Amino acid sequence: MSEPIAIQAPQPSTIATSRIGTAGFAIGIAIIALVLAAALIGNWLVPQDPFTQDLGNRLKPPFWMEGSEAGHLLGTDQLGRDYLARLVYGARISLLIGIMTVITSGLIGTTLGVLGGFFGGRVDDLVLFAITTRLSIPVVLVALAVVGLMGSGLGLVVATLGLLLWDRFAVVARATTMQVRNHDYVSAAWCAGASMPHILIKEILPNIASHLAVVATLEMALAILLEAALSFLGLGVPPPLPSWGLMIAEGKDYMFFSPWVIMIPGVALAVLVLGINLVGDGLRNLLGAERLR
Amino acid sequence: MLRLIARRLALGVLVALTVMTLAFLLTRLSGDLAVSIAGPQATQADVEIVRKAYGLDRPLYVQFFAWTGRAMVGDFGQSYFFKDSVANLIQKRLPITITLGLVGLSLALIVSLPLGILAALRENTWIDRGVTLFTMVGQAVPSFWLALILMIVLGLQLGILPISGTGTWQHFVMPGIVLAFTAIPALTRLTRSGMIEAMASDYIRTARAKGLSRARIIFKHALRNAAIPVVSIAAVQLGFMLGGSIVIETVFALHGVGYLGWESIAKNDFPVVQAVVLVLAVFYIGLTLLADILNALLDPRLRTG
Repeated sequence: MSEPIAIQAPQPSTIATSRIGTAGFAIGIAIIALVLAAALIGNWLVPQDPFTQDLGNRLKPPFWMEGSEAGHLLGTDQLGRDYLARLVYGARISLLIGIMTVITSGLIGTTLGVLGGFFGGRVDDLVLFAITTRLSIPVVLVALAVVGLMGSGLGLVVATLGLLLWDRFAVVARATTMQVRNHDYVSAAWCAGASMPHILIKEILPNIASHLAVVATLEMALAILLEAALSFLGLGVPPPLPSWGLMIAEGKDYMFFSPWVIMIPGVALAVLVLGINLVGDGLRNLLGAERLR
Repeated sequence: MLRLIARRLALGVLVALTVMTLAFLLTRLSGDLAVSIAGPQATQADVEIVRKAYGLDRPLYVQFFAWTGRAMVGDFGQSYFFKDSVANLIQKRLPITITLGLVGLSLALIVSLPLGILAALRENTWIDRGVTLFTMVGQAVPSFWLALILMIVLGLQLGILPISGTGTWQHFVMPGIVLAFTAIPALTRLTRSGMIEAMASDYIRTARAKGLSRARIIFKHALRNAAIPVVSIAAVQLGFMLGGSIVIETVFALHGVGYLGWESIAKNDFPVVQAVVLVLAVFYIGLTLLADILNALLDPRLRTG
């Protein structure tokens, strides 16, 4: 019996290869490096403080528009806080959430997927059931409900997203483990008397890791977008922390007269996610090329 | 074929029951519900009254079985905030969410199918790369932000569409476009790869050898096979779109089920939250079941499976 469509892993043969090519991969790496640099040293380079309000200097436009202030390169928000300082601080939040969520969900999904793929039978039935159940749960609504009921906060957002976004890790880990488990080196390890944990961790895991890396980029991008959406709806990262989603929410009331307040964080989000996806695409192409050899 | 459907149906029911349990537990996460419902100004006596009135003084398992028992027959209890039954509330809001989902899916297919076919037929040219870049940018743009940009451009600057509300069909255009964008990348990629695979297959070579016209080969032979996964994934996508429409409904103030869910979360109206989670999950389960059946019907190779 074929598997339900919703949980079929993309077959390596049908993953279309190189379209954007190595240039895209390089651009993606550059974008991530830039955002990472902004997150790590940005607030050290930008003299303004992201939290200091200045009500006399509200909604100043960025430098390319008329009426901009010399001290505020990207202008100020509705409370007169420096937009550049808030933007680079927001990079920290997005990356932190993306990375922490991927670690959490990656651990859960990989464990489930490897166990299901390796043991098959009843274990696999259970894993498939868990994946199907998870997929039928509306992610945004449940994440909103958890944060809404338990109170907002960075840690809670990471925990919630981590517990919700493991499905693709499980699907891919399961499918690739199934392919790998019958290879000669696994049988060789068995014959050499290797223990079960040893085989799972030392033989299976390294050989499916590259596929999981591609999933990690996809999930990181998704987690960053979801955090932004939750914060935008007022149930994610609490103010005054400058999450990009929250910055868009706060700027929403002023967007018709000062559109840059939503343009700047929105473009930042889209560029970061595009960068992560470009890297994912590049990794996938590397994998595809490896297969052809 | 029938066995496959029966097994999928059984799985679906089991999954629905699990989601039901999870939805129930979810609303108990806040700790003491009576305290949240009574509000921050309530005294201890108020909280006790609320606890009694809503039946929260009963043991958890009693509450659970009472709720699931009634939910099975479509009775989700009374809303705490709206003076109406939860079932009524959802029934009133559902047409809006379903309309939005169908508009979004139709728009997504109208864009994805031609784009995917075009990219496949011009594989590895700048057209193909352009389409890929478009899908990647589409994937990267946050939907709520795209919604705001459309409001500024189409609503304010060009003034051709209403910014929010539910009154007319025009109100569904902008939300539909935004929702379509969430499905376009996946559907375009799938069409493209399906089409490339089909064009390289033996039956296309045979068709070419028979001297059929290019248009006939593409639309009659290749597309039919490439469309099989697209049709089934489209059903799955619709399930995701209904679940994900909450953000878009909230931005555009479209009073659908997603918006209802968001309102209820903000107001601690937990019978509604439970029911909305369950209803969206059941839609997804039903649509994936439909996808599997469609897949089996459309692809004769799977029929015997």
